[in-house]
Amino acid sequence: MRLSYPSNIKIIQLPCTGRIDIIHLLNAIENGADGVYVAGCLEGECHFIQGNLKARKKVEYVKKTLTELGIEPERVEMFNLSSAQGARFAQIANEMVDRIRQLGPTPVKKVHAA
Amino acid sequence: MIVADRKPIQEILAMVKADKKILILGCKGCVTVCNVGGVKESEILASTLKIARKQQGKDIDIDVRVLERQCDTEYVAQIKDIVNDYESVVSLACGVGPQFLSEMYKEKKFYPGVNTTFFGGAVQHGIWEERCGGCGTCSIHDFGGLCPIARCAKSLLHGPCGGSTKGICEVNPDTICVWDAIVTKKMAAGEIGDLMGVKGFKDWRSARDGGPRRSIREELIQGNI
Repeated sequence: MRLSYPSNIKIIQLPCTGRIDIIHLLNAIENGADGVYVAGCLEGECHFIQGNLKARKKVEYVKKTLTELGIEPERVEMFNLSSAQGARFAQIANEMVDRIRQLGPTPVKKVHAA
Repeated sequence: MIVADRKPIQEILAMVKADKKILILGCKGCVTVCNVGGVKESEILASTLKIARKQQGKDIDIDVRVLERQCDTEYVAQIKDIVNDYESVVSLACGVGPQFLSEMYKEKKFYPGVNTTFFGGAVQHGIWEERCGGCGTCSIHDFGGLCPIARCAKSLLHGPCGGSTKGICEVNPDTICVWDAIVTKKMAAGEIGDLMGVKGFKDWRSARDGGPRRSIREELIQGNI
């Protein structure tokens, strides 16, 4: 297929998106990530029944938290695709990078202890 | 259990705005069960506060510690060696926690991170309802096992009132009329006659009306059992 996608994405592999917790997404933002997205299996096709549905709820929770803090909730997103959809994977990566570019760098600045 | 809700993040941020070194102190008791102040929620609050501070470009140092309970002095004493390392402590326990902490560590500032609401239970995952008013003289058995003190908006002992419509309380469409439930249950059991008598005045001195309460167990004080 030899599809290309932006190199500024750091991929963290998990056996199931159900493993993701709110704190993981928050930690990424806290540590300076401009955006975070979760790529889960298609809805209704989770091997563990509800892993991807639970991940979506956690993403929604983090979006709400960011909104409360005045940070763009679009910096966190959930996508669903199957492992056979390579083209879609590359498309999502481009879509997310474009979105973050439009939003600009994270407002969460690196602060050095005095 | 005691049920609580998390305070809005902006309220917590306003409380600690002048502090740079903060301890988030969770509790493994009731607030863990109602998903508001356990290990997970303490870590989420810490991360959220860090994001908010970094957003302002300000320095912050937050640690998380979770005690077995904050309503027993022996557990509260467990932070005696570290409490002075922090400018302030946000307690995610019920209202008892920040008070026990303030009483033990008089020089320190303790902020409540949750709004303590009521004694109740989870009717489904994510929904808690009030069940007990802590009135000090329980007579649930007189009302088919349902408490009109906590669950009737007027705490009526002889109900229902005229605000009951199709089993729903006029105060809130999501609240059942507990008196409707009591009468329905008693009728089904053929025990409606139990509700016909006039009950005497309830002695509210055992409730909050008598001022702050104390419970004393002499045998425990003496250490005999």
